[in-house]
Amino acid sequence: MHEETVVQNIIYRELRKHLLISLLLIALIGGSIISFGVAANNLEFPILSTLIFFPIVGAAFIAILSRDKKELIKLSTLIISIIEFILSVPLYLSFNKATYEMQFREEYLWIPQWGIKYSLGVDGISVLFILLSSLLTILCVTVSWKEINKKIKEFYASLLLTHSAMIGVFMSLDIFLFYIFWEAMLIPMYLIIGIWGGPRRIYSAIKFFLYTFVGSLLMLVGILVLYFNTGTSDILTLMKIHYPYKMQLWLFWAFFAAFAVKVPMWPVHTWLPDAHTEAPTAGSVILAGILIKMGAYGFLRFNLPIFPEATLAMKPYMIVLSVIAIIYGALICLVQRDLKRLIAYSSVSHMGFVTLGIFALNQQGIQGGILQMINHGIVTGALFLCVGMIYQRTHTREIAHYGGVATVMPAYSVFFMVFTLASIGLPGTNGFIGEFLILLGAFKAWKLMSVLSATALIIGAGYMLWLYQKVFFEKTNPYFSHHINGYGDLNAREILTLLPLTIAVLWIGFYPNALLSFMDESVKALINHVMVSGAVK
Amino acid sequence: MEKYYVLILLFPLAGFLFNILIGRFVSTKFVSWVGNLSVFGSLVFSLFTISDVFQGKTIEYNFYTWILSDDLKVSFGYLIDQLTAIMLFVVCFVGWLIHIYSVGYMHGDPGYPRYFAYLNLFVFSMLLLVMGNNLVMLYFGWEAVGLCSYFLIAFWYQKKSASDAGKKAFIVNRIGDFGFAIGIFLLFISVYTLNYTDVFQKIPELQDKTLNILGWHIDLITLIALLLFCGAIGKSAQIPLYVWLPDAMEGPTPVSALIHAATMVTAGVFMVSRLSPLYNLSETALAVVAITGAVTAFYSATIGLVQRDMKRIIAYSTISQIGYMFAASGVVAYGAGVFHLYTHAFFKALLFLGAGSVMHAMAGELDIYKMGGLRKKMPITYITFLIAALTIAGIPGLSGFFSKDEILWYAFASAKPYGKFVWILLTITAALTAFYTFRIVFVAFHGKFRGTEEEFKHVHESPPIMTIPLIILAVGSVFVGYFSVPHFLEPLLGEPKLAVSLQQEKIVMAVSIIAGLVGIATAWYMYILRPTVPENLTNTFKGFYKVLWNKYYVDELYSFLFVRPTLWFADKFIEKITDIKIIEGIVNGIPALIYKIGSLIRPVQTGQLQQYAIFMILGIIVFVLVILNM
Amino acid sequence: MIPLSWYLILSATLFSIGLMGFIIRRDLIVMLMCLEIMFNSVNVALASFSYYNSNLSGQIFVLFSIAIAACEAVIGLAIVLAIVRNTGINHSDEINNLRG
Repeated sequence: MHEETVVQNIIYRELRKHLLISLLLIALIGGSIISFGVAANNLEFPILSTLIFFPIVGAAFIAILSRDKKELIKLSTLIISIIEFILSVPLYLSFNKATYEMQFREEYLWIPQWGIKYSLGVDGISVLFILLSSLLTILCVTVSWKEINKKIKEFYASLLLTHSAMIGVFMSLDIFLFYIFWEAMLIPMYLIIGIWGGPRRIYSAIKFFLYTFVGSLLMLVGILVLYFNTGTSDILTLMKIHYPYKMQLWLFWAFFAAFAVKVPMWPVHTWLPDAHTEAPTAGSVILAGILIKMGAYGFLRFNLPIFPEATLAMKPYMIVLSVIAIIYGALICLVQRDLKRLIAYSSVSHMGFVTLGIFALNQQGIQGGILQMINHGIVTGALFLCVGMIYQRTHTREIAHYGGVATVMPAYSVFFMVFTLASIGLPGTNGFIGEFLILLGAFKAWKLMSVLSATALIIGAGYMLWLYQKVFFEKTNPYFSHHINGYGDLNAREILTLLPLTIAVLWIGFYPNALLSFMDESVKALINHVMVSGAVK
Repeated sequence: MEKYYVLILLFPLAGFLFNILIGRFVSTKFVSWVGNLSVFGSLVFSLFTISDVFQGKTIEYNFYTWILSDDLKVSFGYLIDQLTAIMLFVVCFVGWLIHIYSVGYMHGDPGYPRYFAYLNLFVFSMLLLVMGNNLVMLYFGWEAVGLCSYFLIAFWYQKKSASDAGKKAFIVNRIGDFGFAIGIFLLFISVYTLNYTDVFQKIPELQDKTLNILGWHIDLITLIALLLFCGAIGKSAQIPLYVWLPDAMEGPTPVSALIHAATMVTAGVFMVSRLSPLYNLSETALAVVAITGAVTAFYSATIGLVQRDMKRIIAYSTISQIGYMFAASGVVAYGAGVFHLYTHAFFKALLFLGAGSVMHAMAGELDIYKMGGLRKKMPITYITFLIAALTIAGIPGLSGFFSKDEILWYAFASAKPYGKFVWILLTITAALTAFYTFRIVFVAFHGKFRGTEEEFKHVHESPPIMTIPLIILAVGSVFVGYFSVPHFLEPLLGEPKLAVSLQQEKIVMAVSIIAGLVGIATAWYMYILRPTVPENLTNTFKGFYKVLWNKYYVDELYSFLFVRPTLWFADKFIEKITDIKIIEGIVNGIPALIYKIGSLIRPVQTGQLQQYAIFMILGIIVFVLVILNM
Repeated sequence: MIPLSWYLILSATLFSIGLMGFIIRRDLIVMLMCLEIMFNSVNVALASFSYYNSNLSGQIFVLFSIAIAACEAVIGLAIVLAIVRNTGINHSDEINNLRG
């Protein structure tokens, strides 16, 4: 009798475990069918809402799993993020590149008394970020597999929630919805940095939160002003209204406050090094990969179309700030001693390029800017993944502790080299296309600034190659070989994590039109709008 | 047939991918076959292009649109005309011979597959550079060869000196590429295209346009040409960006032969020749090109006079010879410049490979003052090296004579005001070149061996896989000069105008031959006849010798002027002051301030019940009074 | 008839006594008793207003007030008991855990 119940218990447990997995696999198949249907344009399906809410449901699913079933938790998150990626594929495949209109629109009345709608849509500017976010989320899950060992459930749930909120920002077409997603993303991110981060995590998490929050509050004021002045909260309608110049100027700076902190622009960039260094690998990847793009996206979605006159007037200042960020970020990288901090500062420099491209206000500049955002997400995300992998082996981020890694870990060195080259903009990698377009666009707008930014080509090569030499070349550092913990070169999971990004780097480098074609019409319409509306005094 | 020329590019690329991914898992023999066959395949197809071009065809083919953004349309395509054909031949043929040589030279090296992978990647990049039909592809190939150069110089990366040299090469090249990129941008916003044929059509419209920079009006075409030339200065190691080339000798010797003698460093000359319609429209740019080339040639030859490292002497010789090519371009004798490129590839590669052969025998030793009398033990190496030395000295009948003489003649005969100046510098340099090259020959190959008996016993001739390429290159050095490249290139690059009569050509020829012979004779005198003379000279002119030995202290100067200030600025000012003190001061200061204000107000909360009660009562009283007063 | 003002003076006096007691006395139980005094003074005022304006709602309010006072006294006593049991302190000026 006792044996029977024991056996029954075992069968019951196995069945339950398999039930959960099979549920997920059914979701996988369902997701594939849906995405296929939407991609083939046959299915009228609220794909955007699904993309936002599916990870939330997934996070709830993870939350109810038992704390002890670590492998199950990780596996479920992986499957959920893969489903999310599959669901985002139809956005890429069935996107209509010939129009600048918003696509995959969903609009429901949310708060009728105030005219606030739940309005989602993507256009050429935002569609690529959703794919990027889904891809990076999968890679975050795989890289955290062995890294996160405490409170695993909460971590993966936070990861999924962050992803949800981030793509919500890119999709929302109502300013209040936008603001909600903008703020919502802060909380799981704060948790990720503050709980699973490095030694100074609490300071960094609070700094990150408050810094961003202060900016967002100014943006909230701006949102309220817009709403009360026009009576509508729909972004597309707001774009068409003409505002008095003074008001545009104030609102421009209000929104600028939030976006500049996010990007980050100089001088409000100082949260970035701390947040990136102290966050766990997945946190850094998401921060660098998608979070900071939200700031630049905000410029494109709000500052440029809604305040065109102010944009044209403030253009020189924005360009100057961008150039300062580029050169400042690059110079400060030359003297860093911490691996992650160096890559974090290089992010400041690269995002300086992005804002330079955006405020050049021509097709090459803005397309280059958006492309560089995607590139930076891929490349810097990959660099952080690499650093995370080696950190897991040695538990140190000091550059002085490394040396001669290439002899011990050849495969790793190759991957790191590819991303280094992409970071410095070598032709053949995606970084070159982005930098070339941005510098060309900036050259059209203001030659001197473009020339100054181009010096970052030299300094960029300087610090990245110096880093590579210090870490990978020369004799193997005894500290390193002592601490490598018997790990050796990359294992299959790590190679599979880095492989999609490597392929993306080379593919975009040789065939950027795959991505540039998405942005063509939307960017053209945006520039038209800014130039035409901005000239009306 | 036209589309199939893409195979010229794809063969080495396939070789690279194979060797880098699977090379580790197959035998070294397989690796070498793949590496060599891929370049041989390219060579075969290049010969087809040469035959096509001989028939007068110019082939242009676009694969696909690479970048498309509003008015910027850059495609991936190739343009094959006479200039491309010559370059293709040089790269593929000399490249192939060097691949074969490497099989012997790199035998036993643990990084064997990696080496061949990078070498193939280099050939791919160089072919991309010469075959591209627009400036962006040129830039692509340009940077890609810089990358391969970095990989190959730092091939033995466990050595700090090698890694440093690779990094230095890449960064100095990048400085040149910075100017190059700005030039491309400036060109684009002037003519809205980057395709060679379209650019050349539209350039004449820009002739009198100027650009206003800080109040000065600079001629647009001159500015573009000079900026593009910046890139050439970096890549082709002219003054002031030559400092990476001597250090690049840290790489394996075949790499030095291929990249830093025959092909990559000549990319600048190729570029100037390719863009000749642009340069022809700007007198100033041509003057800069010519004078830079001539001065570099002279300057670098002077440094080469006193160096002791065999490869370094040959490296300075390369810088010097490329100076000749630029000087030729500057006096509108592009054909002569390319001719010299073509012959130089052969004899310089031969010199380097010979040095490699010597290194092979001397167990890596490069100091010529540790050698001597090697000719008895390494006859083939000696004879081929001697042929190369005679060629570079400009002895009549050999290829070097033809190409050098063309340059000297066109410099002398040029209508440009700087023509004679260039001619004088180049002639003196010819003497110096002959001198230092034969210095190597006499010190290393003649006389008595300066090392130990043990070492001398070890000296042996290299295996045939290394000596056969030497022989082929030697034959080439002798005979390739008979194919008149300038005549071949005339339809494309035009013929330079002569300002003096043709009779003077004989005089110029005589002068150059005399210069060469003077050089050889002086070397003979100083190193064979009276071996004490060099030491006496050194002691008499100690200061002068020191300056030359230390390469005019340029590396130290750059470090002092550029590298250290930048690092100091970044460290002290940017990190310590702006970031930490100012910005973080505000960011951490505001919460500290708020905390202070808070702690000022905090004592109000005493935790004492009765005090709270008192405040409540007081508040009510105030409230009541206010109500009553209203 | 007793003038209304006398009741109000009584109420005010009782309230002041209670208030002063609450503020001055340190013993917790005494403070509670002073609170009760304050409560009752308000009740007196309410009842007298109700009688003099012939409006019954005042007296009904008094009933409510008494019930609430009773609850409050119970809770107050329980808190005092908890404090005394946990910390042994029964003087209000020695309790300052909520100090800022």
